[in-house]
Amino acid sequence: MTEKVMIFKRFERFWHWMQATLVIMLLFSGFEIHGSYKVMGFEEAVMLHRTVAWSLVTLWVFAIFWHFTTGEWKQYIPTLKKVDSMIKYYLLGIFIRAPHPFRQSMLKKHNPLQRLAYLFQWVVISPVIWATGWAYLFYDKWEVWGLDKYLVLEDVAFFHVVGAFMMLTFLIVHLYLITTGKTVWAHMKAMITGWEEIDQDAEES
Amino acid sequence: MKRLSRIVFHVGRVFILFTLIAGHASATSTADHTKFKELQVVFESGPEVTSACIKCHTEAAQQIHKTKHWTWEFLNPDNKQRVGKKNILNNFCITPKSNFEHCAACHVGYGWRDNNFDFTSEVNVDCLVCHDTTGAYLKSGDNAGHPKESVDLSYVAQNVGKSSRDTCGACHFFGGGGNGVKHGDMDDSLAVPDRELDVHMDAVGADFTCSTCHKSIEHDVAGSRYAPEAKHTDDYHMHRRSSDEENNAHCRACHGNKPHKKEDKSRLNHHALKIACQTCHISRMARGGVATRMTWDWSTAGKLDESGKPEQIMIDGNLVYDGRRGSITYGEDIEPEYIWFNGTVRYQLLNEKVVPNEDGYVHVNDFEGSPDDGKSRIWPVKVFRGVQPYDPIMNRLVVPHTTGSDEASYWKHFDWVKAVQAGMDSAGLPFSGKVDFIKTQMSWPINHMVAPAKDAVACDECHSKNGRLKDIDGIYIPGRDASEKLDFYGWLIALLTLVGVVLHGFGRIFSHFWRRCT
Repeated sequence: MTEKVMIFKRFERFWHWMQATLVIMLLFSGFEIHGSYKVMGFEEAVMLHRTVAWSLVTLWVFAIFWHFTTGEWKQYIPTLKKVDSMIKYYLLGIFIRAPHPFRQSMLKKHNPLQRLAYLFQWVVISPVIWATGWAYLFYDKWEVWGLDKYLVLEDVAFFHVVGAFMMLTFLIVHLYLITTGKTVWAHMKAMITGWEEIDQDAEES
Repeated sequence: MKRLSRIVFHVGRVFILFTLIAGHASATSTADHTKFKELQVVFESGPEVTSACIKCHTEAAQQIHKTKHWTWEFLNPDNKQRVGKKNILNNFCITPKSNFEHCAACHVGYGWRDNNFDFTSEVNVDCLVCHDTTGAYLKSGDNAGHPKESVDLSYVAQNVGKSSRDTCGACHFFGGGGNGVKHGDMDDSLAVPDRELDVHMDAVGADFTCSTCHKSIEHDVAGSRYAPEAKHTDDYHMHRRSSDEENNAHCRACHGNKPHKKEDKSRLNHHALKIACQTCHISRMARGGVATRMTWDWSTAGKLDESGKPEQIMIDGNLVYDGRRGSITYGEDIEPEYIWFNGTVRYQLLNEKVVPNEDGYVHVNDFEGSPDDGKSRIWPVKVFRGVQPYDPIMNRLVVPHTTGSDEASYWKHFDWVKAVQAGMDSAGLPFSGKVDFIKTQMSWPINHMVAPAKDAVACDECHSKNGRLKDIDGIYIPGRDASEKLDFYGWLIALLTLVGVVLHGFGRIFSHFWRRCT
């Protein structure tokens, strides 16, 4: 038995897809700026990277507002409960069609492992990228703001790239885990339509 | 074909320009020199013209006496070196010492034959070489700066005016002994340049002359390659030279320190803290269709043909071998080299021992600078490399007497020892009697042939792995520099993750079918 549950509200879906597009554009242009390949040219890559970065900042202003006014920020409160069974599920259960140890709901849309991953994203990856990214954006103001005594461009760039690699790795795992729903496309559909089909007999967490 | 069409184009421009100038001069000047009785005489010599000039322009000759154009001497305030054309040597024709009869063709004076030249003589100042507007004034190549006998001095004297690209260019385009030879950013294509070649001097556009930037006060012309300003310290605009400013022949004088006005280009203003304007805005040297010399090997000189004349080989209109000079190579439309430069230039003086660098080159001049002295910016330079005579016992560079037709002249008799002996005697310097050859190099700042903004160096020409600034140290350039370790582990982790999820995926597919089959 399954039932359809609205998991992702309209703004959430908009936010997710906009962010996905922007992040992929940032990764693509960013690694070109970094010198990993040459596709659009350095100048164009920088222009794109800056524009997209500011777009993402704008998007985040709205997203943060949304998360706090709706209380959705609580979705990211970490829990270690059942993390072990989630790991066991991905390592073993998924291959033998064991029941998913987590039941999605409006109140808990992320499984425990997901929560940890997103928490890592919010607490480590994003701060690293944003702190270094802001510094990078305002490099020409360092002297005026007195930051040139504390910051070195080479280090700022280094940690910005560290963040980029973490983001890239996150993206790879994230893209794959989309396919681990009830069917291969179930999660994808849910993020597009908002509705997820949920096993009623799955255990309530 | 390209060159031909360019020539046709230029002839057209010259015609237009000539018409403009003809109308222009009479409209702006308050004096018509053809009406001056003093000039309506037959002049027998250059000094006779000058005595007529200084009857009215009473201070002019004395002003000239104080300038580098007259003294060929300059005391570098930074390092107290006494330099100037008279004292230094280069790795082109090496030095005017002992060769003044020939080299003084580019002196603003008459009669500098040897060390006895009278630098206090007013009538020996050559007014016409800078103030001729007719193009008919020519100095002789072997008569100590006197005009050629064929020149109608009265005609020239009656048609004097402001200096022009042609008058300055008569010497400065031909430095090193020929068109475009020395500088890499100056040759006679700048006489009537188009916008693409020089955005400021564009003959049918802004039409700058040399003196638009190189302003003079009391005949002292601003701008010096002995002590150039390498880094701008404060922001100001200055359209007229003021007396407290030694050198305003630089971009900032008009453009200020934040010349990039458009919002999306504002980041470039910050670049200007570390990069000279020229680095981006003069993307290539010798762009006007005239090749510049890149190397000169004197050690191969001396080959004569059967009739006893120096052998000469021309390729594409360029002299690549000359029995009098040796082997020469050329470059046209080429990228400059880049260095940190703080404005201090040190010369290898004649009484100093040579110290070759790790590549075996003696630096005839050294552009000083470093990424962290706070005074340097990245500059484009033409590096001219050569092989020239030196004294292997004294370990010094030497003065060869090349010109003239006397016994010791190298270009006449091809005997290095005699030529160097005569040169060193004339310079009052000791010589061991032995001549050998040594590799030398010399840097020349690239300042002219400023391209329109659209032709400026693009970002990725430096922000890339093997770009123009690949040898510049002490600075982090995104796109060029990256931590190799970080890149290695970063991509490794991303790749392992990818492999991991792909294997995981295969596992799921496999288990799916395996379950079905059993």
